[in-house]
Amino acid sequence: MPMRVLALAAVLGTGAVPAAEYVPLAGGTFASVLPADANAADVAVAPFRLRSQPVTNAEFLAFVTTHPQWRRDRIARVFAQASYLQHWPSATQLGTSALAPQPVTQVSWFAAQAFCASEQARLPTWNEWEFAAAADGTHVDARSDPVWREQILSWYARPSDQPLAAVGGAANLYGVRDLHGLVWEWVDDFNALLVAADSRDQNDPDRLKFCGAGALNLRDRENYAVLMRVALLSSLQASDTTLNLGFRCAKPADLNP
Amino acid sequence: MSRYLAALFVLAFAATLPAAELPGDSIYQMPLALVDQDGRGFQLADRAERPQLVSMFYTSCPYVCPLIIDTLKKTQAELAPAARAKVDVLLVSFDPARDTPARLKQVYAERKLDSASWTLARTDERSVRQLAALLGIQYRALAGGDISHSSVLVLLDAHGRVLARTERIGATDPDFVAAVNQALAAP
Repeated sequence: MPMRVLALAAVLGTGAVPAAEYVPLAGGTFASVLPADANAADVAVAPFRLRSQPVTNAEFLAFVTTHPQWRRDRIARVFAQASYLQHWPSATQLGTSALAPQPVTQVSWFAAQAFCASEQARLPTWNEWEFAAAADGTHVDARSDPVWREQILSWYARPSDQPLAAVGGAANLYGVRDLHGLVWEWVDDFNALLVAADSRDQNDPDRLKFCGAGALNLRDRENYAVLMRVALLSSLQASDTTLNLGFRCAKPADLNP
Repeated sequence: MSRYLAALFVLAFAATLPAAELPGDSIYQMPLALVDQDGRGFQLADRAERPQLVSMFYTSCPYVCPLIIDTLKKTQAELAPAARAKVDVLLVSFDPARDTPARLKQVYAERKLDSASWTLARTDERSVRQLAALLGIQYRALAGGDISHSSVLVLLDAHGRVLARTERIGATDPDFVAAVNQALAAP
């Protein structure tokens, strides 16, 4: 009987959204495009779990239904600009402009943070996202593979007026999907990336703005796909929303797997 | 009896009014707990009622952060007396691990901060990131223990709305001083 009820709920589309899948990543020492200090040290990524797919419209609808202060008609303006969820037909409905299995977009950093908190999770850090996104189907770090790079870059060349695909693209080594080729993604420390217009200039007149080591130098300049993400994220305010910007969540490593 | 009940309802409603009255674009919409240099806990929204000059810093910062305090002091000094009397200064640390209330208290004394208007405060790591996001401040912890950050002075009105901001540190920003004077002009 419960099975039949579940099946019926699924057909009607009224069932509860199934719990999100989180997959473990071992972490490790990692050559980030953003060095850990002025001497371009590698960063240490602690073990963590990452949502296997970006958050969908259906999942975000379930969230605003149970957390109505995040509905687009009720959210405090300081947490999201006016374009927040404006592609949805209404504050509580999806439709042809926003299908259930598509990744949710037009969400602010504050809203993404609140969603992750609602599933006892948080946004991944930039280094966690970058670590997960360095893998292909068989390698922990495929970033030096020109074929793989080309494949990722081809997404950026596609026109952005096409409707977004549903989540559920090919899984990488860890079972994480859609890190490339679907949407941009918020990270917890989006306001930590600090890319000056030209960070090569050691006599940067803007240096005074930054305490400590001054502006950081980027590494791995050939990795355009990742650098474009850094450039986009560091240009954003936390209340900003864009048509192609979604998110996924992360959790600490499971101590009792 | 019903009048008594009605009075109770009014009281209960009144107790929730301050939060409900906050404008949507107020940064005080964010629940955010802080501790000051004397170890007293407070909510960010408790700063409502008086306009605030807000910035973020950390005490082990060798270079720019002392300038942030200098610039806030100079800005205060250049305000018209009427405006100066109306505005408080809130400086929140990026560095909850090292900036304990005791450390903040030490810096408070060393820098001879005016206890009538200044508060140094710390909060937890997640709230540091949220406050920086609300104020449009970028920061990043580096491996050596330094924190790379942008330096921004923000003027909040009595409802927690951002009225003006400047990234000029070292010397005062005349446009910012003028904006504060204008915003805090009588009555």
